Amino acid sequence: MKFIEEECTNCGMCSKVCPHGVFARGEKAAVLVNKDACMECGACLLNCPTVAIEVESGVGCAAAMIHAALRGGPESCDGGCGCGETEVPNAR
Amino acid sequence: MTETITVTKITPAASLLTFNDRFDHFLARWGYRRAYHRVEPGLYSLGKPTPESPVFVTANYTLSFDALRSNLKGMDCYILVLDTNGINVWCAAGKGTFGTEELMNRIKVTGLENVVSHRKVILPQLGAAGVSAFSLKEWCGWNVEYGPVRAVDLPEYLKTHKATQDMRHVHFTLWDRIQLIPVELVSAFLIMAVAAVVLFFAMGLTASLAVIAAVLGGTVLFPMLLPYIPVRDFSAKGLILGLIVALPFAYFMFTKTGDLWPNTLAALGYLLAMPPVTAYLALNFTGCSTFTSRTGVRKEIYRYIPPMAAMFVLGIIIFAGLFIARLMKVI
Repeated sequence: MKFIEEECTNCGMCSKVCPHGVFARGEKAAVLVNKDACMECGACLLNCPTVAIEVESGVGCAAAMIHAALRGGPESCDGGCGCGETEVPNAR
Repeated sequence: MTETITVTKITPAASLLTFNDRFDHFLARWGYRRAYHRVEPGLYSLGKPTPESPVFVTANYTLSFDALRSNLKGMDCYILVLDTNGINVWCAAGKGTFGTEELMNRIKVTGLENVVSHRKVILPQLGAAGVSAFSLKEWCGWNVEYGPVRAVDLPEYLKTHKATQDMRHVHFTLWDRIQLIPVELVSAFLIMAVAAVVLFFAMGLTASLAVIAAVLGGTVLFPMLLPYIPVRDFSAKGLILGLIVALPFAYFMFTKTGDLWPNTLAALGYLLAMPPVTAYLALNFTGCSTFTSRTGVRKEIYRYIPPMAAMFVLGIIIFAGLFIARLMKVI
């Protein structure tokens, strides 16, 4: 994860959307206060109007990665564990 | 394609949860009929909303919708339910189904602009992983306000529309983790039961119980003890916990009457084969937690899977050796 301070307009969105307090509001720009807590959810990047943040977002789920490695295909939550959109219910 | 959409349908909802709602939550927690805990996407009303009333957005998963409405007691407002295929807000945001496009479309097809006089929707903060507030504004002129992470903080938040640090942080409390245990148990149950039965007939009760203990260690004890086990990586935590769970089995084998060396080998077998099982289940719990990153988990997989596999295989070789020795009446 990378923060490019020069691009920041100090809009405050990153510190608002981050669930782990990685960013804080600063005087002139956002401050990267707790980089190690980043879980790469991508909320800050998606809500940064000047793209001052670089993060390769994804889900930190070993089950999805192991499933993708064994069966091929992309890492997804639809790999048969609890998070999948497995069956589509009929109209009730 | 210039047809104007007037208000389609506003379904009245209640903020009081019924027994049926709570029973549905219970079933969802056990993973029963995973895809059936859905709410019809669309526009709902709570109380007697006016055109000035706020609009809250949520996912079409019953647990999400119910968490929102049950925390808006006594409020007059609208609830806009997005179609996330019955997945909760945060996971759906990660997949992009709780996303900017779906939000824009749902605003359009429900005719929300003809229902309220303002142009603002209040989203749960965790929806930000899928929604781009400035893009929505650009695309259709609607404003996004990110409320707190948890719906339970909404009444306090709505007094000032400012979230405290605590409201902005995602937690993973003991109760949060306990609620995940049933799904973990259900997903591991079949393979555990088969292994336990096979081992019961091949090796006896102790081996059968060892499988059950290792799996329960990873699916029940691990979620509960997660923050209390030292070291950071889930697999390392799992190995420590698995070793503790294996100790009584090793002790039992070591002190059993009989020849010393087969008993010592069997004790060693338990110490080698059980911890990797618990650790593997612990590693798979990363996706259920609220703080692991993809980069971190990938590193963990590369670092821990090989030694875990080696330990497990070595343990199995010991047990297989003892099994064959017993068949051949060497011991």
